[in-house]
Amino acid sequence: MRLTQLPLRKPAYVDSIDWTLLSPAEGQRLREYGLCEGASVEALHHGGIFGRGPLACRIGRMTIAMRRHHAAAIEVRTGPGEDA
Amino acid sequence: MTALPLVALVGNPNAGKSALFNALTGARQKLGNYPGVTVERKSGRLSLDDGRPLEIVDLPGTYSLDPTSPDEQVTRDFILGKQAGERLPDALVIVVDAANLQNHLRFALELIALGLPTIVALNMVDLAARDGLELDANILSRDLGVPVIPTVAVRKRGLDHLRAELDKIITGGPVALRPSPDEKSFDAVRDEAHRIARAAIVRETPSRRLTAAVDRIALHPVMGLVFLLALLFVMFQAVFSWASVPADILEGWVTALGTAVTAILPPGIVHDFLLEGVVGGVGAVIVFLPQILILFFFILMLEATGYMARAAFMMDGIMARVGLSGRAFIPLLSSFACAVPGIMATRTISDPKDRLTTILIAPLMTCSARLPVYGLIIAAFIPARTVLGGIGLQGLILFLLYVAGIVGAMVAALALRLTVAKGNSSGFLMEMPKYQWPRPQDILIGLWQRAVIFLKRAGTIILATNAVLWVLASFPTAPAGVKQSEYSIAGRIAGGINVLVEPIGFNRDISLALLPTMMAREVAVSAIATVYAIDADQGEDAVSMELGDRLKGRWSLPTALAFLAWFVFAPQCISTIAVTRRETNGWKWPMFMVGYLFALAYVAAGITFWTATAAGL
Ligand SMILES: Nc1nc2c(ncn2[C@@H]2O[C@H](COP(=O)(O)OP(=O)(O)OP(=O)(O)O)[C@@H](O)[C@H]2O)c(=O)[nH]1
Ligand SMILES: [Mg+2]
Repeated sequence: MRLTQLPLRKPAYVDSIDWTLLSPAEGQRLREYGLCEGASVEALHHGGIFGRGPLACRIGRMTIAMRRHHAAAIEVRTGPGEDA
Repeated sequence: MTALPLVALVGNPNAGKSALFNALTGARQKLGNYPGVTVERKSGRLSLDDGRPLEIVDLPGTYSLDPTSPDEQVTRDFILGKQAGERLPDALVIVVDAANLQNHLRFALELIALGLPTIVALNMVDLAARDGLELDANILSRDLGVPVIPTVAVRKRGLDHLRAELDKIITGGPVALRPSPDEKSFDAVRDEAHRIARAAIVRETPSRRLTAAVDRIALHPVMGLVFLLALLFVMFQAVFSWASVPADILEGWVTALGTAVTAILPPGIVHDFLLEGVVGGVGAVIVFLPQILILFFFILMLEATGYMARAAFMMDGIMARVGLSGRAFIPLLSSFACAVPGIMATRTISDPKDRLTTILIAPLMTCSARLPVYGLIIAAFIPARTVLGGIGLQGLILFLLYVAGIVGAMVAALALRLTVAKGNSSGFLMEMPKYQWPRPQDILIGLWQRAVIFLKRAGTIILATNAVLWVLASFPTAPAGVKQSEYSIAGRIAGGINVLVEPIGFNRDISLALLPTMMAREVAVSAIATVYAIDADQGEDAVSMELGDRLKGRWSLPTALAFLAWFVFAPQCISTIAVTRRETNGWKWPMFMVGYLFALAYVAAGITFWTATAAGL
C-alpha cells in the first residue's frame, strides 16, 4: 500500500520507493531525512481541509512534512519488519 | 598578525549550532526551534583555557555536503574552501542532536571522512532524556574515532569539556583535507550510521507524548487552522489592548520632556529644534515601543516553541495554490518583524523561482516599522470601542490591515508565478522539530534586544532624517499669514509631490512625509509630528495637543484610510531594496519590486479613498 493510503498512526515499514516519481533534489532530501527501504514509518496528520494538503509522517525518529505526490512514491507494509 | 586557528560549527539544521556558538563566544546569534534559522556564516572569538584565542564560525545547517539551497551552499563553500580567498577551517565541531542520532550521524560520518581534526558535540542530551533515550558517549567516540562530548548548549553544559578537547586537537600545525576520502555510497554510510547509533543506545523507552499530543490539534485540518487564525487575531488584539497603559506612561514622559525643554532653554532655534524635531518628532515614534515589543513577544514565542514549522504545514495547501510552498511561509512570518531578515531567510528555499517570488512579496507582510503608522492613524480615527461582543475595534482594524497585506502577497505571488517567475510548482519537504517550552530568560533577552534595536533606530536614522526634515521645513521662515510647512523648502518639494498624490486623497502633510519615509517607515509619524509642531509654533503651544487629535482635525476619514492602504503596499524602505539587490545579485529585481509595489499602493489608496468618499465617510 502507498504511504498516502496508510491509516493514521499505524506503524509500518517502507517496502520500496519509486525514485523515478521524485525529482533528484527531492529524492536526495528524502534520503537525507532517513527514508530508505526498511525504515519505520507512520502517517501522523493529513493537512488541508479538502484533502489536498501535505502529509506529516514519522520516518525513524524524525517527523517530516511532505506533499502527497512524495508520499505516493513510497510503498509501505504493516506488520513486523526489520527496523532500520 | 598570524591568522587564528579557525574552527567551524557544522551539522544538521536545528541541532543547536547557534546555541553552542552563543554559549562559547557570548554572542547573541538568533536561535529558533525550526530548521533554517541561520542562513549566513557568522564568526566569533573564543579563548581556550590556556588563553589561546580561536576563531569559531557558526554555519547554516545542512543535511549533507550536497547543497539544495543557497544557505546550504554557504556551508559547503566554507567547509570545502570553495570561496575564493577564504581560509579552510583547521578543525570541525560537528553538532548532532542526540535525540535524532542515527540521522545526524550520517552527515557526521561524511564530515569526519574529510580528515580534519574533529570533535562531535552530542547536543540536546536533555531532550533525548525527556524522550527516554540514554546514550553512551564513550561507545560513540570509540566507533566514530573522534572525541564525543555530551552538551546542552542552551544550559551551557559540557562547554568546559568541549574547550578542553579543542585545546587538544588544535595543534597550530597546518592541516590538509585527506587527499581523497574513501568514497562510500550514501547507503553504506547511512547503514554505518545506524549501526553506530544503535550501539550507543544504553536505554530507550519510547515516549513522545507532548509533541504528538500538541500536533493532534496544531496540525488538525480544521482545528489547526482555527488555532492559527485565532493566534494571529489575539496577537493583534494584544498589540492594542496590552500596550495602552505603558504607551500612556511613555507619552507622559515625552510630554514632560517637552515641557522641560521649554522651561530650560530660551526661545530660539535650538529650543525649536529640540522641541519640534527631536522630542515632538522622535518622541512620537518612541511611544510605540510597547506595541512593538508585544508583537515581538508573539513572534519570539512562535519561533522558540517549534510552532513555525507547523504554521508552514498548515499553510502549504494555500501556498500551493499560489505556486509557492509552505516553506515560504516561514520567511514571510519573519517579515512581520522586518522584511530584511525575512528576505535573507528565503535562502532556505531551494527552487530559485520560488525564492524570487518570496523575496518579491516579502515587503507586503506588515513589518514592525509600519506599526507606529498604523497605530497612530487607527488610534486617531477608529473609536476605541468593542464590536461583535467584546472584540476591540482598533485591534480588529489592525488585524484586517495585516490580512490585507497577506492577501495582497498571495495575489501578487500568483501573478508573479504566472509571469516573471514562471516555473514548475515546487514541492514541500520539511522537518518538524519537537516542541520546546521557551525559557523565560531567552524571551526576555530577545525582547530586550528588540527594544535596543528600536531605540537605536529612533536615535539614529529616524532622528537624523527628522533633523534634516526639520531644517528643510523651518527655512526659509514664512511671512505672517502663510503656513510655514507650505512656505519652506520641504513644503515646496511636497507641493510637487502633492500633484501626483492628490487624486488618491493625500493632503500636503502626507506628501511631505512620503519622501523622508523612504529612510524608515516610522519617519512618517515623526515627520508629521514635526511639521505639526512647526506650524503650531506659529500660533498655539507646540506640545499642548496630542498628535492624534491634531490629525483628526486636519484629515478627513477617507484620507486617513487611503493613507493606511498606501502603507499596506508601498515599498518605503531603503534597507529592503538594498537587501533585495544583494540577494538577487543586481538591480533588476529590486527595481521591479519597487515599481510594482508603488503601483499597487497607488491603486489601493485610490480605490480606498474613492470608495470611502462615495460611501460618505
Ligand atoms: N533543550 C535543548 N534545546 C536546545 C539545545 N541546544 C539548542 N536548543 C534549542 O534548539 C533550537 C535550535 O537551536 P539553534 O542553535 O538555533 O540550532 P541551529 O543548529 O543553529 O539551527 P540552524 O541555524 O537552523 O541550522 C533552539 O530553539 C534552541 O533553543 C539543547 O542542548 N537542549
Ligand atoms: Mg543556527
